[in-house]
Amino acid sequence: MSEQQQSSELLDTCLMAGRIMIESGSEMYRVEDTMNRIAQNAGEKQSITFTTPTGIFMELGDSGAVQIRQITSRTINLEKVEHVNALSREFAAQTINLGQLHQRLASLDRDVPFFPVWLQIIAAALVSCTLMIIYGGYWQDFISTAVIGATGYAVFYWVRDRLNISYLNEFLAAFTIGLLALIAVRLHLGRSIDMIIIGGVMPLVPGVPITNAVRDVLAGHLLSGIARGMDAIFSVSAIGVGIALIFRFF
Amino acid sequence: MITLFGKVLLQLVFSYIATVAFGICTNVPHRALNACGLTGAAGWFVYWLLVQLDLGHMLPNLIGAFVIASVSLFFARMKKIPVIIFNIPSLVPLVPGGVAYRCVRALVLGNYTQGIGFAIQVMMISGAIAVGFMLAQFVGLRRPAKNS
Repeated sequence: MSEQQQSSELLDTCLMAGRIMIESGSEMYRVEDTMNRIAQNAGEKQSITFTTPTGIFMELGDSGAVQIRQITSRTINLEKVEHVNALSREFAAQTINLGQLHQRLASLDRDVPFFPVWLQIIAAALVSCTLMIIYGGYWQDFISTAVIGATGYAVFYWVRDRLNISYLNEFLAAFTIGLLALIAVRLHLGRSIDMIIIGGVMPLVPGVPITNAVRDVLAGHLLSGIARGMDAIFSVSAIGVGIALIFRFF
Repeated sequence: MITLFGKVLLQLVFSYIATVAFGICTNVPHRALNACGLTGAAGWFVYWLLVQLDLGHMLPNLIGAFVIASVSLFFARMKKIPVIIFNIPSLVPLVPGGVAYRCVRALVLGNYTQGIGFAIQVMMISGAIAVGFMLAQFVGLRRPAKNS
């Protein structure tokens, strides 16, 4: 294999690892670290990476080759982050070679098993009702919060799968939660509409992206921090508008 | 005494369940779920305790985040898993979702002054959590890091 082909394959592998990690919601410094580490373990002395949430660049110092990848989707899938990390470790320990690493990353990108949907919906119900109680809610609201949280998450999941419009899923889920909470309170199935809604939207709110954005900025990744913060603010606004409609019109 | 014990147990168990359940929503690897729950429960318990002691909201958030980050680092090194996998679900009880909701609600209903107050509170709490994380990273860096 010629030297040019080899560095091209290495760049492709590094960028694929980086892209998968950013798409799955990893921190920026870990992405850069992993990419540089793979290059280093493949024998490159120097590599330069530039990562943003919408695109990544990498240059190999010796050959001067540069490649770019665009990143179009940003979700949270922590299992993928863990898998890429584990593969990078195996590569460092030389139990797999570059070709195998490339192949494994490609198959990882295609199919990482998610938890089944029904389990995720039950989990969302548990998040809603337990957090509602520890935030100081009432026990009478326990069951209605669980049901409403689960329904909201189901709407969120379903719309994200069917329609590819950003922030529409958050909006519709929040609207559903607000409407159901209102109905529950009117029918005397619940006591505090505020606590039911807070519990119900907890599986959806991007509190973690907001905190991560602040951390990115503090760590010096200004572009990533601003981009992710903006994304989070739009999600919050979509949720807010969904809830707001309920308060405005009923 | 028994009611106090029950209260503490309730906080611990519910924050554990909430963290594990959120971990399922974000597809945390199976072998990390239990550790996630423990981290989340520890962080929330410290936060709750400090709030009960009437220390406001910023300091408990900061210390809660510090505890979460430290415990996460510990588990990350033990299990050789990226630390973010423990951080993200564990932070869920602490994130200012409730305040953010009150902020939006106040703005929609025309109570702008109140809404801006809540918005500033959200920013301060996010900042406090971020600072708590940074402090834990400082402490963690002083020990030899092994590619965690």
